[in-house]
Amino acid sequence: MTALVELRELRKWFPIGGGLFRRAQQVKAIDGVTLDIRRGEILSLVGESGSGKTTVGRAILRLLEPTGGTIRFEGQDITHLGRAAMRPLRRRMQLVFQDPFASLNPRHTVERIVAAPLAIQGEGGGRQRVMEALEMVGLQRHHAARYPHELSGGQRQRVGIARALILRPELLVADEPVSALDVSIQAQVVNLLLELKERLGLTILFISHDLSVVGHISDRIAVMYLGRLVEVAETGDLFRTPHHPYTEALLSAAPDPDPDARRRRIILQGDIPSPLDPPPGCAFAGRCRFALDACRAAPPPLREIAPGHLSACIRDDIHLQSPLDEGATYVPAG
Amino acid sequence: MSDAPILDVRNLSVRFRTEGGEVPAVNELSFTLGRGETLAVVGESGSGKSVTSLALMRLLPKDAAVAVTGQALLEGRDLLSIPEAEMRRLRGGAISMVFQEPMTSLNPTTPIGEQVAEAVRLHRGMDGRAAREEAVRLLDLVGIPAARQRLDDYPHHLSGGMRQRVMIAMALSCDPSVLIADEPTTALDVTIQAQILDLLRRLQERTGMAMVFITHNLGVVAEIADRVLVMYGGRAVEQAPLRPLFSRPLMPYTAGLLRSVPRMELAGRRAGPLPAIPGNVPDPRHMPPGCVFHPRCGHHQPGRCDAAAPVLEPADEAREVRCLRWRELAA
Repeated sequence: MTALVELRELRKWFPIGGGLFRRAQQVKAIDGVTLDIRRGEILSLVGESGSGKTTVGRAILRLLEPTGGTIRFEGQDITHLGRAAMRPLRRRMQLVFQDPFASLNPRHTVERIVAAPLAIQGEGGGRQRVMEALEMVGLQRHHAARYPHELSGGQRQRVGIARALILRPELLVADEPVSALDVSIQAQVVNLLLELKERLGLTILFISHDLSVVGHISDRIAVMYLGRLVEVAETGDLFRTPHHPYTEALLSAAPDPDPDARRRRIILQGDIPSPLDPPPGCAFAGRCRFALDACRAAPPPLREIAPGHLSACIRDDIHLQSPLDEGATYVPAG
Repeated sequence: MSDAPILDVRNLSVRFRTEGGEVPAVNELSFTLGRGETLAVVGESGSGKSVTSLALMRLLPKDAAVAVTGQALLEGRDLLSIPEAEMRRLRGGAISMVFQEPMTSLNPTTPIGEQVAEAVRLHRGMDGRAAREEAVRLLDLVGIPAARQRLDDYPHHLSGGMRQRVMIAMALSCDPSVLIADEPTTALDVTIQAQILDLLRRLQERTGMAMVFITHNLGVVAEIADRVLVMYGGRAVEQAPLRPLFSRPLMPYTAGLLRSVPRMELAGRRAGPLPAIPGNVPDPRHMPPGCVFHPRCGHHQPGRCDAAAPVLEPADEAREVRCLRWRELAA
């Protein structure tokens, strides 16, 4: 599979607090991310708040100006393309937002909302294409005349997806697209994204903190912690044989709707360190039960530990728990 | 657990009067909570779960727009009818609450030590110095590192997880016998959520308090509950001990909800689409006739489920279910 998007040492730092006589501090939201998104895959970017996952999504869409590194889209370097040069590319990459309430203009009809990308690209065929897009996401023609407040949360998210798809993009960046939805509606939207991927050959960057949804939807998973990737692997491999202790903790902490799997959870101490003042070595070392002095010296590089499985942990000598393990790590409750 | 429940809610109904007519938010809800027990109240938006918690704490606006009926007996005293002054003593005392969003529930302009000490002073009549010492003890109890040094920190100095710990410290300041926790971990990251759930469990073991834990997350339910109350469209639709509910749900809504959540152990296999519940969560202003779940239910029988509203009836031991067909479906 070829890469649709290639990130190389991507950095995005935000200056904060600088003044006339004071140098701004830098928040290193992304600090050296190297990652390929393969054509036709669903790659999930997981991490907690402050991990930089949303910033990566926005940088790829060039909604942010990267501080360093490169972004290639189908081989073309788009890292610093200007607005005009980006316009023809915009139709090929679209964003689905988390909050279907805040991301739709309440004064516009569904038809106008979904047709907006056509207007921006100066294209016609509006009505027909809107109807096609609505049909594609499981909405009906009569929804076109509705306003967002007349729709349920799930329907609103479908409108957001229809808007993203109307230009037939190749890449969809979906930033927490189901986390604001009711539980019974989340599965509908997850199924829709999987179906659209198959039908349209979409490539999807799925940004999420929900490990159970990610485990179902993704071909591959990239785990971020404090602006860096700590592990990248195929979904089954990541769940079965996590290599980075942060991945292990994240999987262990994910609530699983199975009372018989009340696990002996790995409860991490403390919080994610401040991105203003990241520790010098591995950013996770302060919370890691396996950390050595060497971990605190320099940030460990992301390296291939098995075919297609990358990890930024220097310790190959430890055995980590997996939610797929039988026996020992599962303590039957009660 | 002694057999007399610590909290006994009987026929609780909450109606909001709006310009568009009366909106029934909670309908004839009854449940009990045993000493030291954790009851998870599960529901989606519009299920009435949060309105229930606000009604129990008497925190709904007191005006003609809201009608609360029924009883909520906390050790024999009806929370819904005692005078406001007595309720004020109980609130934060015998019954206490933790909210979802710790940032909006803490006062941003007051140091956390003072906020905790204030709760102690008000309810336990301690003087300044003793209250401050008690604040240190409570912050330490909820796992705030170096609690004494953090007394003068403001809420914005703290992370979300630490703020939620402060809220829990305040809620526990008077050793409540019932803690109502309304989505206390929903705004938190998963590793922090695991910390807070662990904390609540350990505090409960230590103090013996009972908990009403309101959540939409079935994974969290599996983690913390002894018993589960499932709400849908302002009604209790199923009530059961944790294990039987998960292994053999009787109400089709409960079963559908459990099926629709991807299971961790199937990660990476993607065995077809998730079994989603079709349709949408009902709008409380336009409840469907008959069983409120029937428009989304795969088992609904026309002429039956859309005609008569099922009652909540006893099923197996310690279980209740609201479904006309539960017997046939269980067979």
